[in-house]
Amino acid sequence: MRTRIAHIASNTFREAVRDRVLYNLIAFALLLSGAAILVGQISIEIEKLVVINLGLTAVSLFGVVIAIFIGIGLVSKEIEKRTLYTVLSRPVRRWEFIVGKFFGLAGTLVVNTFFMAIGVFAALFYVSHKFVRADALILVALYFIVLEFVIICSLALLFSSFSSPLLSAVFAFSLFVIGNFAEDLRNFAGMAHGFSRWLATGAAYLVPNFSAFNVITSIAHEQPVARQLILQNTLYALFYASMALSGAVLIFENRDLK
Amino acid sequence: MPAIEILGLEKTYSLGFWRKRPKRALQPLHLTVEDGEIFGFLGPNGAGKTTTLKLLMGLVFPTAGSARILGSEWTDPSVKAQIGFLPEQPYFYDHLTAHELLEYYGQLSGVPAKQRKHRVEQVLQQVGLRDVQSVQLRKFSKGMLQRVGIGQAILHDPKLLFFDEPMSGLDPMGRREVRDLMEQLKQEGKTVFFSTHILSDAETLCDRVAIIHKGELRGVGAVEDLTSSVQGKVEVVWHGTQIPASIKALSAECHVTGDRVRAIVNENQQDAMIDALRRERQRLIAITPVRTSLEAYFVEKLRRAETTAGRTV
Repeated sequence: MRTRIAHIASNTFREAVRDRVLYNLIAFALLLSGAAILVGQISIEIEKLVVINLGLTAVSLFGVVIAIFIGIGLVSKEIEKRTLYTVLSRPVRRWEFIVGKFFGLAGTLVVNTFFMAIGVFAALFYVSHKFVRADALILVALYFIVLEFVIICSLALLFSSFSSPLLSAVFAFSLFVIGNFAEDLRNFAGMAHGFSRWLATGAAYLVPNFSAFNVITSIAHEQPVARQLILQNTLYALFYASMALSGAVLIFENRDLK
Repeated sequence: MPAIEILGLEKTYSLGFWRKRPKRALQPLHLTVEDGEIFGFLGPNGAGKTTTLKLLMGLVFPTAGSARILGSEWTDPSVKAQIGFLPEQPYFYDHLTAHELLEYYGQLSGVPAKQRKHRVEQVLQQVGLRDVQSVQLRKFSKGMLQRVGIGQAILHDPKLLFFDEPMSGLDPMGRREVRDLMEQLKQEGKTVFFSTHILSDAETLCDRVAIIHKGELRGVGAVEDLTSSVQGKVEVVWHGTQIPASIKALSAECHVTGDRVRAIVNENQQDAMIDALRRERQRLIAITPVRTSLEAYFVEKLRRAETTAGRTV
């Protein structure tokens, strides 16, 4: 069982690599090196702040775009192209296929983030000529970004299990945007009354709370991140992704592959 | 123990987005395929052949009914390790090479790593893709993809093979090779269940066939039995380029091909025909009873089905 999931994940990763998904790293490298050179010339004292902010935001956005645009096709493309027929006619259970696809995409994003992280640290070194202890906090921000990707991958997969790629992209991207304002939504729910309070509270807790994962600005200002938040975000991401994946499995287990 | 027992499998799809309307793709189907036979599943396009195969592969779920494959429930995942499936017009991960694809499918089928390498090489050789094993599948022609499809179906040495239109997209040589392969699989004791609308292939290969039309089974039996119904006519062949008047008088249906003449006459005129040929000093080559071809049987079955449907309407 575990080996089948690993083989499906490995094939998903290989497909992403061969479909030149990792070419985004070139765009990322160009953006970051250009920005580092530019801010080195125009900013005084705040070069580091700008590079960390810009670098981590770019890591997050590039990853989200990849997660959504690969994730939405993971199942629907396989059904459309009928590549799934020869996989599911083997001793592969449907849930193993979904979980394998999820790990393949998540793995692709982890590798992508790893190379981008090297780029961020290289740009940082370029503008400040040295590393300090507080720079290690960037790793926490990167970890939170990866947790975000895990949630987005699971959501993209969930939508892909029942919807067309276009609609899945719309759903996943909308949830990403709304999720970044989840705290505001929760505050609004606290102020609302009656039915709208129930509705807003339900929506606020249903959408992924990405605002809790965004520590880029505080880390750029070298403010430490509470250990409790790291634990909380880890558990939240694992729980949310598990729920979304369970939903994807439940739908896919009962779906006719016409 | 039968290789396949289909026990009233049926499938109705729901079409439409808001107002769902049912479309019956397969009427309750009862069919048994014996171990070690080549079984042809015949029918025109849209007859329900692919739906039946998808049901057996667990790709779509039945509205009712069940099946047993190799003695086990067809939904049992362990059964799938013993079956191979070639879908109609197969499409594979085009980022992989033929070698990588077979390696991947070998992993999914649980072929041990030590055997896998050897088996992949052997299958690539068998389906004639050894020279292009390192080329990505996106560069493959339709016929080459069909060969890959056959390769992945036989890779894990399954006991039972399901082929959906296996000759589709193949050139005459390729078709011949697939026919040879299927015969070889039979000799190895494997059961082959294949759907086709190419009747000559079915007639050449199959021990038994079933005919399906509009989701309903119209006939099933051994090819010999279905084609042995003599029409009460004989074919007489002799050397010659002319048709003598005395033979024409027997109202025979005659055709001249090269230096041979073929005539179809009623069985009761066979002796008169031979006498006439002797009188005309023609050299007789053969007299054979005219049998119903599988095609004729198939067309007749479909025609009857259409007539019955017309009466019902």
